[in-house]
Amino acid sequence: MLKTSPFHSRTAPLVRAQTWRRWAGYQMASAYDPHPDREYAAIRNAAALLDVSPLYKYRLTGRDASGLLDRMITRDMTKLAVKQVYYTPWCDAAGKVIDDGTVSRLSETIYRLTSADSSLRWLHMNAVGMEVAIEDLSERLGALSLQGPLARAILEQVSPADFGTLKYFRLVETTIRDLPVTISRTGYTGDLGYEIWVEAPQAGAVWDALIEAGRPYGITPAGVWALDVARIEAGLIMLDVDYFSSHHALIEARKSSPYEINLGWAVSAAKGPFNGRRALAAERARGPAWGFVGLEVDWPSFERLFAAHRLPPQLSNVAWRSSAPVYREAAQAGYATSGCWSPLLKKSLALAHLRAPHFAPGAAVELEITVEHRRERARATVRKLPFFDPERKKA
Amino acid sequence: MSAPRYDAIVVGGGHNGLIAAAYLARAGRKTLVLERRPMVGGATVTEEIFPGFKFSVFSYVVSLLRPEIIRDLDLPRHGLQILPLESTITPLDNGDYLGSWADPDETRRELCRHSPRDADAAVVFGRLMHHMAMAVKPILGMVPPDPASLAPSDLAGLLKLGGHFRSLGAERFHALHKLMTMASADYLDEWFEFGPLKATKSASGIIGTFLGPRSPGSAYVLLHHYMGEIDGAFRAWGFQKGGTGAISETIARAARSFGAEIRTGAPVERVTLRGNQVTGVALASGEEITADLVVSALDPRLTFTRLVDPKALPDDLVEGVRRYKFRGSSGKVNLALSGLPDFTCLPGPGPHLRGAISISPSIEYLERAYDDAKYGEFSRQPYMDIVIPSMIDPGMAPPGRHVMSIFVQYAPYHLNGGWTDAKREAFGDTVIKTLARYAPNIESLILHRQVLTPADIERITGLSEGNIFQGELALQQLFFLRPVPKWARYRTPIRGYWQCGAGTHPGGGIMGASGRLAAHEILAAGR
Repeated sequence: MLKTSPFHSRTAPLVRAQTWRRWAGYQMASAYDPHPDREYAAIRNAAALLDVSPLYKYRLTGRDASGLLDRMITRDMTKLAVKQVYYTPWCDAAGKVIDDGTVSRLSETIYRLTSADSSLRWLHMNAVGMEVAIEDLSERLGALSLQGPLARAILEQVSPADFGTLKYFRLVETTIRDLPVTISRTGYTGDLGYEIWVEAPQAGAVWDALIEAGRPYGITPAGVWALDVARIEAGLIMLDVDYFSSHHALIEARKSSPYEINLGWAVSAAKGPFNGRRALAAERARGPAWGFVGLEVDWPSFERLFAAHRLPPQLSNVAWRSSAPVYREAAQAGYATSGCWSPLLKKSLALAHLRAPHFAPGAAVELEITVEHRRERARATVRKLPFFDPERKKA
Repeated sequence: MSAPRYDAIVVGGGHNGLIAAAYLARAGRKTLVLERRPMVGGATVTEEIFPGFKFSVFSYVVSLLRPEIIRDLDLPRHGLQILPLESTITPLDNGDYLGSWADPDETRRELCRHSPRDADAAVVFGRLMHHMAMAVKPILGMVPPDPASLAPSDLAGLLKLGGHFRSLGAERFHALHKLMTMASADYLDEWFEFGPLKATKSASGIIGTFLGPRSPGSAYVLLHHYMGEIDGAFRAWGFQKGGTGAISETIARAARSFGAEIRTGAPVERVTLRGNQVTGVALASGEEITADLVVSALDPRLTFTRLVDPKALPDDLVEGVRRYKFRGSSGKVNLALSGLPDFTCLPGPGPHLRGAISISPSIEYLERAYDDAKYGEFSRQPYMDIVIPSMIDPGMAPPGRHVMSIFVQYAPYHLNGGWTDAKREAFGDTVIKTLARYAPNIESLILHRQVLTPADIERITGLSEGNIFQGELALQQLFFLRPVPKWARYRTPIRGYWQCGAGTHPGGGIMGASGRLAAHEILAAGR
């Protein structure tokens, strides 16, 4: 049996086509409607409510909690203010990424780490000799993501916190209909959005409160299919899809440094010792071997491949998550790991790993696609990520 | 005399005029758009008629906007955001309904409830219509060649077209011919047995025309429903965030980004000429603006008989424009609502309120509605296409409140005794009363009601006789006959005077093709 989330009693009756999937050992909805179009539209137009409880969550307390995290992640923990959140990768000693997630500073000495993968062993290995208590809250905390331009208006109906002053990547400890919650201005969609952390026994009541207050604002429960399209538009990477954890990769070639997955900005060059520091400094000096970029498929070239078979272009409303070769001047220059048709940008997009020097924005490449059982190449242009970055995200 | 201030002036800031201007500006032409109303858009506008409630006053959904225009002008970057309008329900007189949903299996199951045979037929019919739309689609992107002309460009176009049609194969070519000539009711009779299904499908064949479902030629317009689906850009009918006016504003932003200037509240009185050459325009204010090129995005009657003196034009053109049929046949009722309508067939809120609601219970119902109009009255029981935009974009109304858009047919422009305020209100009452048969609580929800007759549409937008397509989409005035023979290629007999808009090929809907094609012709002519 797969685990079910603290919101399962609320979400399960809504999954009309029984489109479930696995996510970190949980049974989660791919979509509630048979097709995710409306759920995706809610993320960009109104507000979508996503159950993200399968994220791993750890509470770190004690004198050395900050020191432990500083040793682990690539960003500078000494700069993390109380009520601030970091998005960050963390690496092994060779500077290869193990996972990515968020670090929240709940108070002077209390921190919360979220990760895609279980991180308990790695936390303990790094905590040797430190005064820090590590608590796995993964099953005790439910997590909801409320994403979209009307997310703030909905929260203002149910919570006394001042969301007008809650900045991007900050958090507030507050209540929703008198139930204690932590709300952070974070998300995985590149839109205005918040994540809500609640003790599992209160999870259902928080879901109900949000749905009820959100109805006049078009709140729409959304599943992973909708999220996947939004996160590709936002250029956000996904573990096990766009890169492999260095702890799981069977071969060296499958490992990536932060620089190679577009997270170089999150590596502090100034901070003290941390896992992978030396390797990353060396890589920074010589320049990364790979770049992680966006690809925008050239529509006329895409359309021609189908027109040759008297077909209109076939588009899926679900993102793809498979590896597709990318060519530059006849030779393979890399590979795309996920992609989608963007209903908002009206473009076919992909996220791709390209070898230096082919990842410069504007470079003309070709993406392999299969049309009528034949492998073809569609023209595409390298773009800097994200594809979509609305002002409201940070405003 | 001083040098012209602009390379090009576009008269009329509807979506086609704006698109033509955007393409001209993109090609480096110093371009000015002049719009009579205080906002751009023409019949593609969003207005806050009642405080807090935004109405897509005239046009209300979109599916045909050409993908190449979206790409060329990078409209998503300027604000294009099309939201899915996924379903259609047709409430029936027996308290049941017919639904068409986003999911094909759900639609199939629903059809099986009424006619298992039609459920099978719908799949094969869909395939045929797909092929028909594929057959017609290239025509939307081409400048119509004149089959009576021997000019090289016409011959080349005809050759291309001939090759295209030959490649269809006999079966599809014959089907296309039937589609072009038949009545939509007859065409659908060949496929389906369930009356409400036929009525709802045939309704798209009568929109904006003075035809009934039993009138020959009405089948062709059915195709428009399928056209959007093959483009990949939308898959189906959609709703622009912020209403259709946001599409116009998006195009205006794109045009400005290429350097075009747009002036609103600037009605053009006439196009100025020296001999047979355009010299610019004169505004109603008396101001004159010079340019060697003027594009009219107004309808053919205004383009050829209002902006210029018809005496400057050949007789056959003037006669053709006089014969060109407008005959506005539809009206619009926009409602501000305090809550959601409760349909007897599907009580309470539900997904059906996020889609279209079609009042088209039978072919007979539609044909009777047409009968009233034929004899100069508005339909006592009209066909209505209803959407609740606030269910899709909550920003259209205050939280918990709603706006409802009701497209109504028939409301003839040439009403017996003419349209008066009293007749307008009687028309509005008829619409509400008809809707109340299916959603009895509607009257109690109405906070504000805006009723638009064809006379109002003409008065507000300038569209002659209130025809939403700048003239009927009837076969005798399509393609190389639109608006009149020999003048279907966006040119006019006056040098430097060009036309675009729904009154030119390929016609109406928020498609933009004529604006783009006209700009291409102008640029190809070296202007």
